[in-house]
Amino acid sequence: MGESLAREVTDRADVRPSAFTMWRVLLASRLRAQTSYRASFALDLFGNLGIALLEFTELWVIFANVKALGGLSFAQTAVVFAFANIAFSLADLIVGHVDELPRYIRAGTLDAFLVRPASVLGQLITSDISPKRITRTLGAVAVFIIAIAHLDIAWTPLRIWALISVPIFGTAIFAALFVTAAGLQFWLIDGAEVTNAFTYGGSYVASYPASLYQNVLRTFFTFVMPAIFTAYLPALVIFGESGPAGLPAWLGLLTPLMAGISWGVALGLWRLGLRHYTGAGS
Amino acid sequence: MNSTDLTHSTVSDIVIAAKDLTRIFTRRIGTGRARTKEVVTAVSQLNLTVAAGESVGYIGANGAGKSTTIKMLTGILLPTSGTVQVCGFEPVRERTALARHIGVVFGQRSQLWWDLPLRESFEILSTIHRLSPGDAATRMQELRDQLELEDLLDTPVRQLSLGQRMRGEVAAALLHRPRIIILDEPTIGLDVVSKERLRQFLLHERAEHGTTLMLTTHDMGDIERLCDRVVVVDQGSVVHDGTLNALASLVNTQRVMVVDLVQPCAPMNDIPHARLTDCDPTGVRQSFTFSPADTTAAAVLAAVSARAQVRDLTIEEPSIESIVRTLYEGQRSNPTSTP
Repeated sequence: MGESLAREVTDRADVRPSAFTMWRVLLASRLRAQTSYRASFALDLFGNLGIALLEFTELWVIFANVKALGGLSFAQTAVVFAFANIAFSLADLIVGHVDELPRYIRAGTLDAFLVRPASVLGQLITSDISPKRITRTLGAVAVFIIAIAHLDIAWTPLRIWALISVPIFGTAIFAALFVTAAGLQFWLIDGAEVTNAFTYGGSYVASYPASLYQNVLRTFFTFVMPAIFTAYLPALVIFGESGPAGLPAWLGLLTPLMAGISWGVALGLWRLGLRHYTGAGS
Repeated sequence: MNSTDLTHSTVSDIVIAAKDLTRIFTRRIGTGRARTKEVVTAVSQLNLTVAAGESVGYIGANGAGKSTTIKMLTGILLPTSGTVQVCGFEPVRERTALARHIGVVFGQRSQLWWDLPLRESFEILSTIHRLSPGDAATRMQELRDQLELEDLLDTPVRQLSLGQRMRGEVAAALLHRPRIIILDEPTIGLDVVSKERLRQFLLHERAEHGTTLMLTTHDMGDIERLCDRVVVVDQGSVVHDGTLNALASLVNTQRVMVVDLVQPCAPMNDIPHARLTDCDPTGVRQSFTFSPADTTAAAVLAAVSARAQVRDLTIEEPSIESIVRTLYEGQRSNPTSTP
């Protein structure tokens, strides 16, 4: 940023920076701040890879005892697991810190955000992006590559679309859940543990074949907290499976729609929460 | 933008206009069935008009409503009732538009990026305020010269001393050349030199750019050096609005003159209209308390000089706390005499 600013000074000193430049600069500053402690950053990278591997071990242990889980083979279940972890870890990387809102409120950081001419949510998101979590994503990508190699899949455009939708719209769904959780923090001071149960719990639920869950749980995590849309449903589309009763595989194509709805809810709640904070809502 | 510009030009010389500003908080006390609501009126029917270029000290005891007022002026908190406009904007509703015209310094919390070098906070803030790089560079040069920031720019904010950080905070708040700067306890915890440096800068900034200044403080020195006007708030309402001298004469606050004598001298308890309140064992240093309404410092000094040769003297001004306390007592015993 230092050098880019210097360049802009000489090139077009009278041009006001765009909103895009502003967010890019904010983001770049956070990345630099986090990677400035190299040893600690390296340890964090290693730790996050450990999380990914440990969680996969759990699946490994299960399949040492059974041949199939919820109608899916080990390789298929591993794909579901990998999808859920890719989507969740990317969302966690980008917005995972937003439910620490009470800390920002206590430290007065939120008030500092409010007196700057920029979106408060945007400032909150860009304030603590966590690149250290990328190894968890990479671990999940490795699981995906190995698992998919064991499956014989004919890649139709529809299946490729389902694959692409995971890191984009699956991530968007989890990100929306984090923002929803953050919005709730305006009312539940110190309620991060409650909302964590849903965000982290959602990622756990998403990691396994949804056919395992009883109806109430399944419906909740499909239509209320659409975690199942992030992994299991797109995976069914790719496998060409029909899906269990009440959860047809074609739902997997609606992941973008669910992401849109989730963000609608999340932003609505965030705005209400911020209005509550500034005293307009109550 | 055209229509708003038009309205703003008609009110351009009024920077703060608050009318019947009220903020009520509802707190829930206890849990479960025993839970009750407590209604606290933090700011009550407050009226305040500040013209462009004014310099206002906003003082009052802790809990008098200062911070709540500031939050309503800066767009952090919405009034429960009443209206407020700052630079022609409604603070909460037009938060981002207002943010381009005001600078805010909170003495007790940082607006800088604590884990980055100070320089980067300024770079980030200049893009947040969408300053063109040329403009930002000019302004930055100006601020770093006047606040002597040059040697601090490459230090991470968390390693700065409080005084250094506060200079950084003030520079950050003024980077976008706001029309008004609101400072909440800017000198709290600073040493004498840092305080003075900050005050000098603020005086210079105001003289140079006509920036309107509003500050809360517990330090009389801040008020004396920086403010033309003092607004005292108690229980959420303005109880005094005028010059510092008008305030001091209103509350008739006692002053203390401490004299150092050339020769030791017997305690002088016969000075007219002044009370001997302290005398060290040698009798070289003696303190007299008097009220400006009864006598003057010159008269007290003349009376002392008639008895012994004076080497040095200091006059202790009343502290903000004591002024405010005296004023409050007067208000409460005689609530109809609101100025």
